[in-house]
Order: sequence, then structure tokens, then C-alpha cells
Amino acid sequence: MTHDHHDDHHHSHHDHGSDLTEMQLRTRALETILLEKGYIDPAALDELVDIYEKKIGPRNGAQVVAKAWVDPKFRKLLFEDGTAAIGSLGFGGRSGNHLVALENTPTVHNMVVCTLCSCYPWAVLGLPPLWYKSAPYRARTVADPRGVLRDFGVELPKDTEIQVWDSTAELRYLVVPMRPAGTEGWSEEKLAELVTRDSMIGTGLPKQPKDLQ
Amino acid sequence: MIDQAAARRAAQEVPSIPRDADGPVFREPWEAQAFAMTLALHERGLFTWPEWAAALSREIKRAQAAGDPDTGETYYAHWLAALEQLVQEKGVASAETLHRTKHAWEHACDRTPHGEPIELKPDDFH
Repeated sequence: MTHDHHDDHHHSHHDHGSDLTEMQLRTRALETILLEKGYIDPAALDELVDIYEKKIGPRNGAQVVAKAWVDPKFRKLLFEDGTAAIGSLGFGGRSGNHLVALENTPTVHNMVVCTLCSCYPWAVLGLPPLWYKSAPYRARTVADPRGVLRDFGVELPKDTEIQVWDSTAELRYLVVPMRPAGTEGWSEEKLAELVTRDSMIGTGLPKQPKDLQ
Repeated sequence: MIDQAAARRAAQEVPSIPRDADGPVFREPWEAQAFAMTLALHERGLFTWPEWAAALSREIKRAQAAGDPDTGETYYAHWLAALEQLVQEKGVASAETLHRTKHAWEHACDRTPHGEPIELKPDDFH
């Protein structure tokens, strides 16, 4: 096996033998079968784990947003055909398919939720945070989006309309927050540092220039 | 847009939302493994994302009906169960094979001194 370097048994203090949890055993069993039958290739699997654990993260999405802030042509494409726009940056594939970008404006704030099964644009946002997958978050966001935002420390003007979008297996959303003031002339790279994962789900706002230093 | 009334009915009163403050989304390596296997099988065309969503949703509903609070902590347990279910439905492996292989791993665990890499050997299947 190729995954024994994982610290799977650091919780056990048995004098004899090793310990794996029920979940670890089942995962290994499934992996063994899939490898034996040739359904997965161990190197590819390791690479995938690595990508989703480390490489692909909210940074891809942050680049998309930063580009939309500085490049009007890209911005137009992003809102017309999100999948094509992120594809043009080399992102997408896998579950990044059928991505719709939602534009935050002074009057409209977008929030994304999946009330069914936690669909999430992995390709641009990496893996979803734990709370995104919890039933209470999903249910409360739909019923009381302003209250949820308050829990996240976000207070929006009273006249800002909050739109909640329900993602599905075929359709995923990326919120494009408003560009913070005081960032005129900034490079895409520097702007991307302001874009947080939560701001692209709609549960947060981008960082302000003063937050970087 | 969402059917607000239906969602409101489902809404539960909770004191606060579980947050991770940008922390790791996988709590344990097996979760990342289960996730990666799913992506690999999808790439191979074993199932479509709508099929996956349906399978996962079934598992979550089953768990909720059995009293699972679904706070996010047990999410990958449901994920793994859905994957096992789909693998069976698609004829990749029977429930018996899954069970037998899991027991082989258990056996491998028992005979491997603590701290050493656990490897599966043919003798573990019996």
C-alpha cells in the first residue's frame, strides 16, 4: 500500500498490534479493491489527495475574482459564461463544471448554499469548510440569511438585498465580491490576497487593504 | 432560487453555526482518501455527479432518520457509505467482498506491531 506514511494510529496505545478506526478500515478496504481491479491508480490517487488537500484551494477562485476586478472583458465573460471564463484561466474540469458567477453590488449580496447535499465548486474553492456541510447552516441560511451573516461578523446595509442561491450537482456558484476601496492601481496578484474563501461563498467580505499589513 | 417556505420548515434553531476559521476541511487522512477515490471513479465514468449527489443525499437522509445530528462531523462517514453503496450498485464489488477485505485489514492491524506500517498480505484473507 502507498498510504502507510499517514499517521493513522497515533491515537492508539495498545501494547499489541495496531489500531485502525472503523472508517479507516472501510476506506482501506475500498481502496484495496479499487486498486486490485484497476479502477484507480495509486499515483493518481495520491496526486488527487495532494491537490485537494493543498494545491487547489481558494487561491484559484481568488485569482478569478481579482481578474474580474481589473479586466472588464474577463468580467463580462465571467458573468455570461462562468465555466468558459474560469476555463480560460486553466481552472475547471471535475466539479468545476457549470459554474455560475454571481455579482455582488451595493444593492445585492449573494450567498450560496446547498440545501441538499453540499455541492461546492471544488475546482475554484478547494474543499468546502466543515460548517458548509452542516444541516443547520444550510437550513438557517435559507430561512435567515441576515442572521447567518451576522454570526459571521458581517453586517450589511439594511437596503442591501440578500439573494440565496441553491447549488445543485450540475450547477455551482462563485460569488464575486465588490472590490474594496483604496485598491486603485493594484496588481491582480496583490488584489487576490484580499479575496477570502468566505467572500466567494457570500458568508464574508474581502479583506481591506489595511488587513494586509 | 429556493422554495423559502419549504426550507423554513426544515430550519432548526441552533445557537451558532459550526465554523472552522479556514482550518483544515479534512479532519483525518481517510476523509481525503474517500474524497479522492470518489473523484477518481467519477473521472472513469463510473457515475455522474447527479448520481453521486443522489447517493450521498440518500445516505444523509438515512443517517438523519436514525438520529444523526449532521453537524458536519459525520459528513465523510455518509460520504464513504454512499461510495460503498455506489460501488455495489455499479457491480464493482459486492457487499461480501467489501466486508471480507475490511476484515483482512483488521487482521493485518492485529498482527502489526504498533508504530509499524500496516500492510495487507494474502494470509490476512481467510
